[in-house]
Amino acid sequence: MAAVEVRIPTVLQKVVGGPKSVQAQGDTVSQVLKDLEKQYPGLKGRITDQQGKLNQFIIIFLNDQDIRFMKELDTPLQEGDVLSILPAVAGG
Amino acid sequence: MFRLEKRYAEEMIAHARAEVPLECCGILAGADDKVLKLYRTTNSEQSPLRYNVEPHELLHIYRELDEKGWQLLAIYHSHPHSEAYPSATDIKLAQCLDVLYLIVSLREAVPVVRAFWLSGGQVKEEPLSVVEA
Repeated sequence: MAAVEVRIPTVLQKVVGGPKSVQAQGDTVSQVLKDLEKQYPGLKGRITDQQGKLNQFIIIFLNDQDIRFMKELDTPLQEGDVLSILPAVAGG
Repeated sequence: MFRLEKRYAEEMIAHARAEVPLECCGILAGADDKVLKLYRTTNSEQSPLRYNVEPHELLHIYRELDEKGWQLLAIYHSHPHSEAYPSATDIKLAQCLDVLYLIVSLREAVPVVRAFWLSGGQVKEEPLSVVEA
């Protein structure tokens, strides 16, 4: 499994908990979220919806690319990748 | 009471006017409740009824905030044709951020800016004081 760094900005840490930066293991984004859940129970449930898809209020970047335009939670990861989990800023 | 320097209020209004008929959006960041920087951001929706801060811009702003040790103090956006009050969409999409939301209304000849907390699906107005520097 690839070891990756997961970054959570301060503004989202207040809501989802967890650390600012943590190492996690996984060959896909989904696997990394499962690993994060072991370390920080409850965190995955705030990032994904009841169907297990990425919550519409959350954006995940793999390095500098939005995973919505890749394979979403099935996006493959490589050793040393950086995932950034961000809250979307949207309204009407 | 949220204290906002006049120059930032004026910049938000200028941004709102520049984007008419579309909604504008941006971020106010700083420390100790004092705004130190206004980020004009791109509304990726390009809509008169919706806004969505372009995700790559957001990534870079969040990184800068963490590098500088600043806080995201408020998110602003405009209502080009309606009052300065949160829409149902504003309330629905505010679930992941516990920050202040500023709304600039251009409906009247004189722009109106109001501030709200939207967490938990509730709307709570925060008194806004526009002050000289």
